[in-house]
Amino acid sequence: MFRYMRRKIIIYLLTFVVAVTLDWIIPRLMPGNPIIGLISRLASMPQQVEELYAHLTKAFGMDQPLWKQYFMFWNALFNGDLGISITVYPKPVLDLIRQALPYDLMLTVPAILLSWIVGNKFGAFAARKKRLDNWVLPVWYVVTATPYLWLGILLSWALGVVLDIFPIAGAYSFSIRPSFSWEFILDYLHHWFLPFLSLFVVQLGGWAIGMRNMIIYELEADYSRYLETMGAPPRLIRRYAFKNALLPQVTGLAVQLGVIVTGALTTEIVFSYPGIGYLLNQAILQEDYFLIQGCFLFVILGVLIANFVIDIVYVFIDPRVRLSMGGDS
Amino acid sequence: MPEKKVEEKKERKKNELLYFAFRNVKLLIGFVILVFFLLVAIFGPMFVQYEPLDYAGPGYRSPSAEFWLGTTTFGQDVYAQFVYGLRSSFLVGLLGGGVATLVGLLVGFFAGYKGGWPDEVLMMITNIMMVIPTVALLIIIAAYLPYRGVVIQGIIIGLTAWPWTARAVRAQTFSLKQREFVSLARISGSRPLSIIIEEIAPNMLSYVFMVFILQFGGSILAAVALDFIGLGPTRGVSLGLMMQNAVLWNAIQLRMWWWIIPPGLAITLIVSALYFMNTGLDEVFNPKLREM
Repeated sequence: MFRYMRRKIIIYLLTFVVAVTLDWIIPRLMPGNPIIGLISRLASMPQQVEELYAHLTKAFGMDQPLWKQYFMFWNALFNGDLGISITVYPKPVLDLIRQALPYDLMLTVPAILLSWIVGNKFGAFAARKKRLDNWVLPVWYVVTATPYLWLGILLSWALGVVLDIFPIAGAYSFSIRPSFSWEFILDYLHHWFLPFLSLFVVQLGGWAIGMRNMIIYELEADYSRYLETMGAPPRLIRRYAFKNALLPQVTGLAVQLGVIVTGALTTEIVFSYPGIGYLLNQAILQEDYFLIQGCFLFVILGVLIANFVIDIVYVFIDPRVRLSMGGDS
Repeated sequence: MPEKKVEEKKERKKNELLYFAFRNVKLLIGFVILVFFLLVAIFGPMFVQYEPLDYAGPGYRSPSAEFWLGTTTFGQDVYAQFVYGLRSSFLVGLLGGGVATLVGLLVGFFAGYKGGWPDEVLMMITNIMMVIPTVALLIIIAAYLPYRGVVIQGIIIGLTAWPWTARAVRAQTFSLKQREFVSLARISGSRPLSIIIEEIAPNMLSYVFMVFILQFGGSILAAVALDFIGLGPTRGVSLGLMMQNAVLWNAIQLRMWWWIIPPGLAITLIVSALYFMNTGLDEVFNPKLREM
């Protein structure tokens, strides 16, 4: 078990180093000088240009040798210095991300967990029920093929505009300030529901299909057949099958994280929901490179942490990993 | 075994596969939907009256005889944008899916066949690439490219989407490598490259084809997300860009359903069709899964 965890941790650390390195190297590999590009956009504010130029040259460390620039980049990172945003000048990038992060977590974590649980339950329920399965399976395929952002658009058009039940932009009404009052919490949930729903529904399809296929596979495994011939009740066999089918679904969660994060980013843009996705969109439209780089790092950090949590969960639910030392990554 | 008998057996196997392919409803439905959109993408632009980005007429018009899918807020022809966007989606899918499958195959074959430290190094890279979300990587690359075209987009998507293919191909190569017929080829002096091409690859052909289908769909979805975030082609049209503009210019609030529904619907149907085909093919190639 410790070997398994150690291997995982080494991979995650390496991944983080690679991600930071990419974050540093890609802007330098690309054609053109980003500083001049940035400066030219602020030409209308001459008193700030000089200050900014000094800051950017220092931040990019253009006058230093490359290895020193790389070292400085890491140093700044450990001091929490991700640069200064151009969009919301002169706010530090870290502050902007810190403001956005809670909205992201409150939206994505419940959507991921709930859809995983409901999808698995339903997939297991529908498997091997011929009539239901024939109807439901194509629906799941269409649902899981839907781009998150389009479902978001559809929902906000149908439920938000045509029926006018839900608000379609922001995380809370303009008239309200964030506070711990019932009024705010209700308003927040009201805004939260549609983006949550679009994330929840698209993921649901994938989990249901995965679980259905796994259950069918498990019900044909030798142990199920054996139990069957022994006269065990079908409910018991299904329970064993479900337990075994759950393991690949946990791994699947780790594999799908990247796609889900992408979905969350685009969904936030549809609903102008003030999470990292919305921030990133603003940063890209304004060519705010520091902010883009900062968002990139936080997305990767989030995915790494989630992967790590899944690995720990896996140790607890899979006796083979818990007991044996081995296991490939 | 006499040559003729082998030939006969191969022929019968092929016929059997075709038989199950034509009987497979999922495969047929998927194929028909895909071909429909392919035809629209190929022939649709011939019926275009206005250039996709031209300000052709009055804005905010619902579908009519002149503008089949209505116009945008600025009076651009939605139909023209749609059919040209469909073309770029297919192009991105083909390029992205192709590159991802190819790179995945090369890495997987090499790592699986060589074993040892090349395998360790390649799999370490693959595992790292798997954890980093493709789109996060695409964002950071695309954000710094001053000029982006559909072709570049497709290639970049392919170059970031290969890891899971590589892992699966490696695992299969690894197990095929230990079969007798591969050992036989090795003993009789075949070189590694010809063993991979002649002995191992044909046994994975069906699998590779299915992987390509999934990568095709994945690339289309990745491109849509990228376009929507604001990193689409700098000049040109795509379905993702259509939706980005629609949301940016409040098409939702203005209830311009003709602008917001077609692009997403086309993508949903194309990708579902690909998934249908994938499951259908799985049943055709794998007798265990065939419906009784």
